[in-house]
Amino acid sequence: MAESIELEVKGLDFHYAGNIHALKKINLKVYKNTVTALIGPSGCGKTTLLRCFNRMHDLYPKNRYEGELLFQQQNILDKGTDLITLRSRIGMVFQKPTPFPMSIFDNIAYGLKLKGISKKSDLSEKVEHALKHSALWDEVKDKLNASAYELSGGQQQRLVIARALAVNPEVLLFDEPTSALDPISTAKIEELTETLKKDVTIVIVTHNMQQAARISDWTGFLMLGELIEYDRTDKIFTAPSEKLTEDYVTGRFG
Amino acid sequence: MARTVKKNPVDLVFSSVTAIASFTVILFIIGILYVLMKESSLAIKQFGVFRFLTSTDWNPVTESFGALTNIYGTAVTTILSLVMAVPIAIGIAVFVTEVSPNYLKGPISIAIELLAAIPSIIYGMWGLFTLSPIMGDYIEPFLKKTLGTIPLVNFLFQGTPMGIDLLTASVILSIMIIPFTASIARDSFNLTPDVVKESAYALGSTHWEVIKDVVLPYSKLGVFGGVVLSLGRAIGETMAVAFVLGNNHRITSSLLDAAATITVTLANEFAEADKDVYMSSLFYLALVLFVMSFITLAIAKYFLVKAERKYSR
Repeated sequence: MAESIELEVKGLDFHYAGNIHALKKINLKVYKNTVTALIGPSGCGKTTLLRCFNRMHDLYPKNRYEGELLFQQQNILDKGTDLITLRSRIGMVFQKPTPFPMSIFDNIAYGLKLKGISKKSDLSEKVEHALKHSALWDEVKDKLNASAYELSGGQQQRLVIARALAVNPEVLLFDEPTSALDPISTAKIEELTETLKKDVTIVIVTHNMQQAARISDWTGFLMLGELIEYDRTDKIFTAPSEKLTEDYVTGRFG
Repeated sequence: MARTVKKNPVDLVFSSVTAIASFTVILFIIGILYVLMKESSLAIKQFGVFRFLTSTDWNPVTESFGALTNIYGTAVTTILSLVMAVPIAIGIAVFVTEVSPNYLKGPISIAIELLAAIPSIIYGMWGLFTLSPIMGDYIEPFLKKTLGTIPLVNFLFQGTPMGIDLLTASVILSIMIIPFTASIARDSFNLTPDVVKESAYALGSTHWEVIKDVVLPYSKLGVFGGVVLSLGRAIGETMAVAFVLGNNHRITSSLLDAAATITVTLANEFAEADKDVYMSSLFYLALVLFVMSFITLAIAKYFLVKAERKYSR
């Protein structure tokens, strides 16, 4: 089966301000409409790598990329890259739910308004679609004008996913999206990734190896800023080729 | 089963001393309120509450006193100074928290705190000797020539520009309250978690959109509380305005006229209050000020506490 490549990392080095070498010569390919998990011990660089894909590091001064990062064959590390457009095509969901201080409806409509959609009927339709997509619609359809803070943590996280989905991104980046949630909410979000990958490509950072094994198609194992092994998930968890990977996935360290 | 815990004697002394220290504060407030009410009882009896608050008389010769001219002066200078100070203060806070490069954040924050540390008498002197001539010679004639000829607002700019008037006093007050408003606004902006701002960036927001749509709404309760705190400070400020307001017990529509505030009247007139009713009316005026300040402080606290609760999880 020929799979098309959505994101390709080529010899990527990343330095934080103060010359901290956080990623070393990373090479990997993320295939379209798959879930790719990044695992590894704390401080291994998996979140740093994730935040390269939408150039989040640019918000803080003196961070430095070297190498290439291709998104649909375009090097997004080029100087001329329009970060606003890039980030509307590559969405991100964080560790803790991050609703904005506004109503449920306005949270979802926010990104749409940024894109210049202002007609009330268009907004309503797209908001409803996004909420259905993230399996939250039935729980909130009667209180769209309530503050987003009134929702539970798990609902807030699905709201944030809906907000990211509303602008029709091609890629979604998940940064440990379930680490602050209870098991039931976690299960709902894991189910969601399964349905979402029909429409988007997902890259997920997770601390939870079972989660990576359950939901991902590809897994990358990072340690101390290096990508130790990258392969299909079943291979990583059943027959890894590196000793380090085997030790990590069998729980010998972590 | 109940068990009696023997109290350590050092602990007992320690907790009693701190408790006494705290209760003196409450005692002082009650004491001050008591003195104000006792001393003003004569005027309260003579003028009542409603008449005192609504009468524009302030006439030591006929011994007829009302607070309205003073309340008016206090209200106009306070509101006008807020109108000028709040946008500038919010601008400063946005710059320091969101725009400025790191090496400028420290120096600007220190400058703001220094501005707040200048004693108000120095503002008053500077106002009298520097600001007032500039206002009287250049700015006020200019305003009179421009805004003073536009219908609907021209009533604000009548009379002879002297530089000793409501407008000059408001400018000084606004400079005094800018640092307060700015530092509270800055602290409120800093309450916005980075990850919420990052979420907005991650949706494709520009820097300005993040400030406008996330940071400002997130901190609006805190900023509002800060504005009301500044209002309380402006209401009670005396020395900075005493020199440049002119102590004139008249209600005038023009900002270029001299006026009086509660504080300025109190500072100027105790020495000449030779009659019991005059003296008592000044205390009554002080009581009005006390209540006004108390109410604004209560409102400010309410909003600041609410802001903290709302977002502190």
